[in-house]
Amino acid sequence: MIKLDAKIPEGHISQKWTNHKFNMKLVNPSNKRKYDVIVVGTGLAGASAAATLAELGYKVKAFTFHDSPRRAHSIAAQGGINASKNYQNDGDSDFRLFYDTIKGGDFRSREANTYRLAEVSGNIIDQAVAQGVPFAREYGGTLANRSFGGAQVSRTFYARGETGQQLLLGAYSSLSRQIGLKTVEMYTHREMLDVVIVDGQAKGIIVRNLLTGETERYSAQAVILATGGYSRVFYLSTSAMNSNATAVWRAHKKGAAFANPCYTQIHPTSLPIHGELQSKRVLMSESLRNDGRIWVSKQKNDMREATDIPELERDYYLERKYPSFGNLSPRDISSRSAKEACDEGRGVKGNNSVYLDFSNAINRLGENVIRERYGNLFDMYQNITGENPYKIPMQIYPAPHYTMGGLWVDYNLMSNVPGLFVLGEANFSDHGANRLGASALMQGLADGYFVIPYTLGNYFSTEKPAKVTIEHPAFVESENAVKEQVIQLMSIKGKQTVDSIHKRLGQIMWDKVGMERNEKGLKEAISEISALREEFWKDVNVVGQDKDLNQTLERAGRVADFLELGELMAIDALNRNESCGGHFREEYQTEEGEALRNDEEYASVSAWDFKNVGQWELNKEPLAFEYVKLATRSYK
Amino acid sequence: MENHNINLTLNIWRQENPSTEGRFDEFKVSTSPDASILEMLDELNNTLEAKGERPIAFESDCREGICGTCGVVVNGHPHGPLPKIATCQLHMRTFKNGENLYIEPFRAKAYNIIKDLIVDRSPLDKIIQSGGFISINTGSAPDANIHPISKETATIAIEAAECIGCGACVAACKNASAMLFVSAKVSQFAVLPQGQLERYDRVQAMVNTMDEMGFGSCTNTYACEAECPKGVSITNIARMNRDFLNAKISSHALHF
Repeated sequence: MIKLDAKIPEGHISQKWTNHKFNMKLVNPSNKRKYDVIVVGTGLAGASAAATLAELGYKVKAFTFHDSPRRAHSIAAQGGINASKNYQNDGDSDFRLFYDTIKGGDFRSREANTYRLAEVSGNIIDQAVAQGVPFAREYGGTLANRSFGGAQVSRTFYARGETGQQLLLGAYSSLSRQIGLKTVEMYTHREMLDVVIVDGQAKGIIVRNLLTGETERYSAQAVILATGGYSRVFYLSTSAMNSNATAVWRAHKKGAAFANPCYTQIHPTSLPIHGELQSKRVLMSESLRNDGRIWVSKQKNDMREATDIPELERDYYLERKYPSFGNLSPRDISSRSAKEACDEGRGVKGNNSVYLDFSNAINRLGENVIRERYGNLFDMYQNITGENPYKIPMQIYPAPHYTMGGLWVDYNLMSNVPGLFVLGEANFSDHGANRLGASALMQGLADGYFVIPYTLGNYFSTEKPAKVTIEHPAFVESENAVKEQVIQLMSIKGKQTVDSIHKRLGQIMWDKVGMERNEKGLKEAISEISALREEFWKDVNVVGQDKDLNQTLERAGRVADFLELGELMAIDALNRNESCGGHFREEYQTEEGEALRNDEEYASVSAWDFKNVGQWELNKEPLAFEYVKLATRSYK
Repeated sequence: MENHNINLTLNIWRQENPSTEGRFDEFKVSTSPDASILEMLDELNNTLEAKGERPIAFESDCREGICGTCGVVVNGHPHGPLPKIATCQLHMRTFKNGENLYIEPFRAKAYNIIKDLIVDRSPLDKIIQSGGFISINTGSAPDANIHPISKETATIAIEAAECIGCGACVAACKNASAMLFVSAKVSQFAVLPQGQLERYDRVQAMVNTMDEMGFGSCTNTYACEAECPKGVSITNIARMNRDFLNAKISSHALHF
């Protein structure tokens, strides 16, 4: 068994972080340069962490597999970032943002972490504005806000439909400044393939240089993983083509517990699937639900055009079922309702899509207002589908998007492996079983700008981790294992392409570990995935050379890891005999078809310890709810 | 979305590595008009891999036109013939059955070809590292609403800040100039109150680095603006030139 100590500080929830910041030990300014830190990933969490740690005086090495740190997939986040500024005077507060996040996560996140997230949210906006992030403004010059799902206040800050881009470029500019000052060594085109552990502490990484194919060793006194989520396990997802789980998965296989792998978010407003060649799903921001109304026909297999279906024959199902939150109901609920309508045959012309209709808002506000709010999203829709959403309602359907699960971390964002920290989407900590819209940007930046700079210093000053050189046997052993796997992948020379196996895995995951799960399907998924994994290692064909830029080999390594992770997701989903947030088990639902939690048995984090391929041991961290009363989530 | 595939002849630039010579290879494909050009290349690569042949190396990531990773020249146009889109947003319905496509990498003096359609655009990062930021350390920011910013100013700032760093402007320019890229970042900060203190340092430092990296000068052909996937305006270049000139005639010492 591994020891899961969340290290939640004493005191009232509103005082925990303040107390903890005072109680943690500091590293004096002149000693900071004696510490090397590795940061893997340069998205919101990684770039903000690398920049801030370098500003403090630590020696930082930052790694990305992209050609530039600015490419990370945080850049694609559209709608916004939450913060409890209460600039709108509409009743927001740290406690309300905390409460909404806990409730939105269906009471499966850690109260103390979530409160801290809300507490530092305002600082993020201050920091971003000071960096020159051009948020939307009111006519008086103050910052504008809009609403997102699961909230009844307007607390979302935004920059058109490109909020992630602007925030990432803000963090990237801070990181670039430190690279220019030579306080950060930036390594691009490097993919992390192993964590090196010496005497139980993380001491470095092995990477593959994607331009040359050579493996390289880097040492440090702490390793920070900020490598994003794993929804590409579904093949078709809103994640970028190169998003992958390899860094966290290799760390998991080195002892870091993987928490709640079955908590995946299926986003309700993605474009429908166009055909077999489709490589990914394109998201339409949740912010569209501020003004768009979601509906389907009341009839099955209604083949009429949208504009020919009279008002009385339309079912605005979210407004009908959840009148208090309506079209801004949380993502899990909205996605499942769309699936339900389509499964009944009421999707657009009997297909798997529903309407997102702006005609009401356009009539009320005029086309120009809608263009100003969502112009780039409407253009993107028209570009992809060839249809004009100002005239014809958009068609949308849910798609795998965000993964709430990830490596287990304590309150200090450290995994159970000392010296290995995990930030942003790569960890499991703040969103429970369902993340609310506009909270991912908030968490990535909270972790990087405002949490890790404190907790890392505490690790250094308490543990005083020794420096280890890259000649240490653990580095040699780790590098050899990485090289062996590469050689093994290259030598199979089977008949199937990497992508074709990835697609088959994605289909299993979507059908059986997707929006709705049941015992039978999950059991089938477990055996199908393990069989597919065997097939992969016998029959995959990785063309080209290993000591070269080889994109097929890059993908092969990632798919090999997805084939293990997918099985764990199914095992975790099978083990969690309840429905909560994005994890919906058909066996556990209320009479109205809502998620039925089992707080007696499952108010806990499932943290899986890797034993061997296909074998894990379950550890549980109980979740205590002292400040928010456990209740059935209601958005009615 | 029925099956009404189109047949195309592709002439694709192949080059093993930076030091070898490149060539066009011809491929005949039949593809769905609903697929993007990158999805069409995915499929072609899958076919090549299934035959044990080396696939075409090209970069892409978000496939939503925002990360700036993808970028090839199609029939002479960076990101293809349509305005205001990145390569990943170019759909095959743009092309007619039987058409010939020439697909090549972004070419410029400052970009080395790494392999096939992949080029090294790291000089753009170097320019940002030399001054494309506001020097504010984490934790020292004042309240976000302390400086009111007019909607008009915020609009100029975001329209410049929308640059995705794909580098198509350089490939479009006959001088391989990076003025549109650099001026977009200079402008974003030049109009905002937060950017004022370092305004004249920034423009000089970034322009100096741009020159050092081997990018050419601007001769106002507007090709950059025409090919920019985000429609970043050349008025940013005018603003940058104004600031650069101001810095020079006021003998503003460079602090960076």
